Amino acid sequence: MEDQYLLSMNNISKEYYGNRVLKGVNLKVKPGEIHALVGENGAGKSTLMNILFGMPVIYSTGGFEGEIQMSGESTSIDCPHTAMNCGIGMVHQEFMLIPEFNVTENIKLGREIGEPTAFSKIFGNLLDKMNWPQMSRDARKALDSIGMMNIEEYAKVAGMPIGYKQFVEIAREIDKTGIKLLVFDEPTAVLTEGEADRLLEIMRLIAQKGIAIIFITHRLTEVMAVADSMTILRDGEFVARKDVKEINLARIAELMIGRKVDKLVDDSLLRSRDLSDDKIALEFKNYHVDMPGERVKGMNIKIREGEIFGFGGLAGQGKIGIANGIMGLFDTQGDVYAFGKRLDLSKLGEALRNDIAFVSEDRRGVGLLLGESIERNITFSAMQIKDEFLTHIGPIKLLDKAKADQHTRDMIKLLDIRCTGTSQAAGSLSGGNQQKVCLARAITMDPKILIVSEPTRGIDIGAKKLVLEYLTKINREQGTTIVMISSELVELRSLCDRIAIVSEGKVFSVMKPDDSDAAFGLAMAGVREEEAA
Amino acid sequence: MKTLKNIYENIGLPRLIIGLFFIFLVVTSIVLGFSPAALFSDVLRRWLMYGTLVLAMVPGIQSGIGLNFGISLGISAGLLGSVFAMEISFLRNWNEVLGAGAPWLTLLLALLFGIIMAAILGTLYGMLLNRVKGSEMTVSTYVGFSVIAFMNIVWLSLAFKNGELSWPLQGRGLRNTASLSGSFGGLLSNPDVVQSTQPAWLHWLAFKIGDFTVPLGLILVFALLCFIIWLFFRSKLGIAMSAAGENQLFTTTTGINVDGKRIQGTAISTVLGAVGIILYAQTYGFLQLYNAPLMMGFASVASILIGGASVRRAKISHVLIGTLLFQGILVTALPVVNEVIEIGTLPEVLRIIISNGIILYALSKTKGGNQ
Repeated sequence: MEDQYLLSMNNISKEYYGNRVLKGVNLKVKPGEIHALVGENGAGKSTLMNILFGMPVIYSTGGFEGEIQMSGESTSIDCPHTAMNCGIGMVHQEFMLIPEFNVTENIKLGREIGEPTAFSKIFGNLLDKMNWPQMSRDARKALDSIGMMNIEEYAKVAGMPIGYKQFVEIAREIDKTGIKLLVFDEPTAVLTEGEADRLLEIMRLIAQKGIAIIFITHRLTEVMAVADSMTILRDGEFVARKDVKEINLARIAELMIGRKVDKLVDDSLLRSRDLSDDKIALEFKNYHVDMPGERVKGMNIKIREGEIFGFGGLAGQGKIGIANGIMGLFDTQGDVYAFGKRLDLSKLGEALRNDIAFVSEDRRGVGLLLGESIERNITFSAMQIKDEFLTHIGPIKLLDKAKADQHTRDMIKLLDIRCTGTSQAAGSLSGGNQQKVCLARAITMDPKILIVSEPTRGIDIGAKKLVLEYLTKINREQGTTIVMISSELVELRSLCDRIAIVSEGKVFSVMKPDDSDAAFGLAMAGVREEEAA
Repeated sequence: MKTLKNIYENIGLPRLIIGLFFIFLVVTSIVLGFSPAALFSDVLRRWLMYGTLVLAMVPGIQSGIGLNFGISLGISAGLLGSVFAMEISFLRNWNEVLGAGAPWLTLLLALLFGIIMAAILGTLYGMLLNRVKGSEMTVSTYVGFSVIAFMNIVWLSLAFKNGELSWPLQGRGLRNTASLSGSFGGLLSNPDVVQSTQPAWLHWLAFKIGDFTVPLGLILVFALLCFIIWLFFRSKLGIAMSAAGENQLFTTTTGINVDGKRIQGTAISTVLGAVGIILYAQTYGFLQLYNAPLMMGFASVASILIGGASVRRAKISHVLIGTLLFQGILVTALPVVNEVIEIGTLPEVLRIIISNGIILYALSKTKGGNQ
């Protein structure tokens, strides 16, 4: 019965530097089937696809375990070229098109049709004359076959609507002879609703021709609308392969999230405060942030004093934008109030001067001076904003080395930063210790509101526990209001008093940490419970 | 063994190679019969002469504009300051009126004019560099070249009365090389000048121990400048400036105007360039106008790179080590080559090959690209 599947990936495992990202995953796709691959961020979807395409990143990190079969035959795909020859194509999330080329040139790129000339007979076929009419006809045929009669094959790609670019990409894959399997990686993420609907139609059209499709997406409604079957991954593990007919949205969401038992924070510290709706620490009114890829589009939320408030949601929905807007890295619109005072975010450092400190999600890019010492990193903000760690000699403010040194030593001890001393460069620390340095810099400001963005991304479990515990501790002991933005739902649920799920730049719903998995899963996917039922 | 490896890593391969080459040249020249005292006096003099121009690289690098090839802007400001000061000194007949004080006043006035002009030009230049982020070094190279071309026109059109400066028989335009012997030339570094023009209580400024010349005045001035820059980068402003050079996003999120810090860094670099050329001319004894400063930017850049700086980070120690190695090699290489090869202009050609070779080598060791 094996050969009923066009592709079967059996028992695939992959390790990156001792970190197991895939644990015995199976993926089976029948010809002409639309198969959805779903899972949270970091569930292992991209890694699995990288293996399927024989991407160099897989082989440079020690290969993978398991077996890939195409039409029942064991195949070894060791480079993207082999994958292409096996008839596997990919429609990329970021378009792999050359803007200055026209549609035909893009579709035929690397597979041009040539006519021999006198030169090419001597010097090889690189000097062939292009057969433009034939290439145009092929491009036209490919475009027609996906129902794109209104895209001209001679139009330049630059300036086309995003949806059209996506269709050109699809046409390019269709035009490849012998294509059997097409992978769509989050194809609808950048499309408007109308374009997305159109794309789903095209996917059905392609499937009818007998080409199998692997559809990677976060949008569960689309899965329900178009897919025949699905594979669900969670934390690199295979959860289930289901036919769409036999499952509903709520069940999928539940399978995606799953219940994870490991307690991240000591219970003794938890839940013992009075939070009042009258005391608001931070309020957003119609808050917009123009951060590419993470736009916030009109957010309204009130965060209470002394609360640990979480922002969750999928990547690209805008949760990351919230903090970056306040930090002043991107333009904002709307109003932000801290303790009732309106912040003018167009002024640099406005939030810091109003007792709001941050830990950025981009440690190396934004959070640290990699080449400078731990001491400089920890004391920098407080020195520049609050004039701490300085001695005044007339109008000149000079570094008070002894004071800065002492404070750094205290912080190293407090947060257990593993380093050779206060003068070690921050760039040479491990991820977890870098994160502790970022945290130390923020709390050196002695903030009333602390905003932490992805505080545990890319750090080891020990550091993770310490960071989360410390956040809880300053919340309980000093009453610091903490706003935590994280992709890790478990983390948010173990720490926060309330969690806002952000979808399409807005707060989709505010949830309690002990709401059901299914409820969280649906909210993450942007589906109302009524719709799911 | 481990400490040996540490020492090696601290020094770095480029400095090790160039350092060994320098030592090799010194040993060879002594073997060939040159007086060590005279040789070392020369090395010391050149070291101090170029030191401030190399020091001018530090604020530029630290504030994030990279290697400031446009240092000729500051050099031009310094030269303009000097010629104005000399002209005023001549018109007011300071030499007669003030006697030994005249060169001092001329020097101070030259510094004052130079610093003011460099601060203004440097600010404008910094604003320009903020508009071309990512290709500062390319743009600064061309700014450096263009300003020299522009100054050529200025030098040609200045109508000065001072005969030391103006072209004889013409009434318009300045000389290629103007002697400073009647003015502030050698005031801080040349024992002969100090002994003959200054009162006895100032004779410590420059003196001789046997054949070895100690330009104490110049040493003190250069040390003071280094100290000021070192102190500056420990001040609140200086620390903010280095952060702006290291990571713009980090600095922005701390509420600091990165562009402003870059402008300040560029202005300080330009001002140091102006001070640097005045100290250079003072030591050399001549004011070199027209195309003479054209390649000084490259020599400064090469020096600091040899000293171990990168495009993004530089320290005072890099200035000191780099200038010593670069100038040391140039000083010692010429007599050695002269002695070994005795054919026409070949030594001069070799000297050019050696100096440009060092520059090329230093530039090839640049880390961090054009960011």
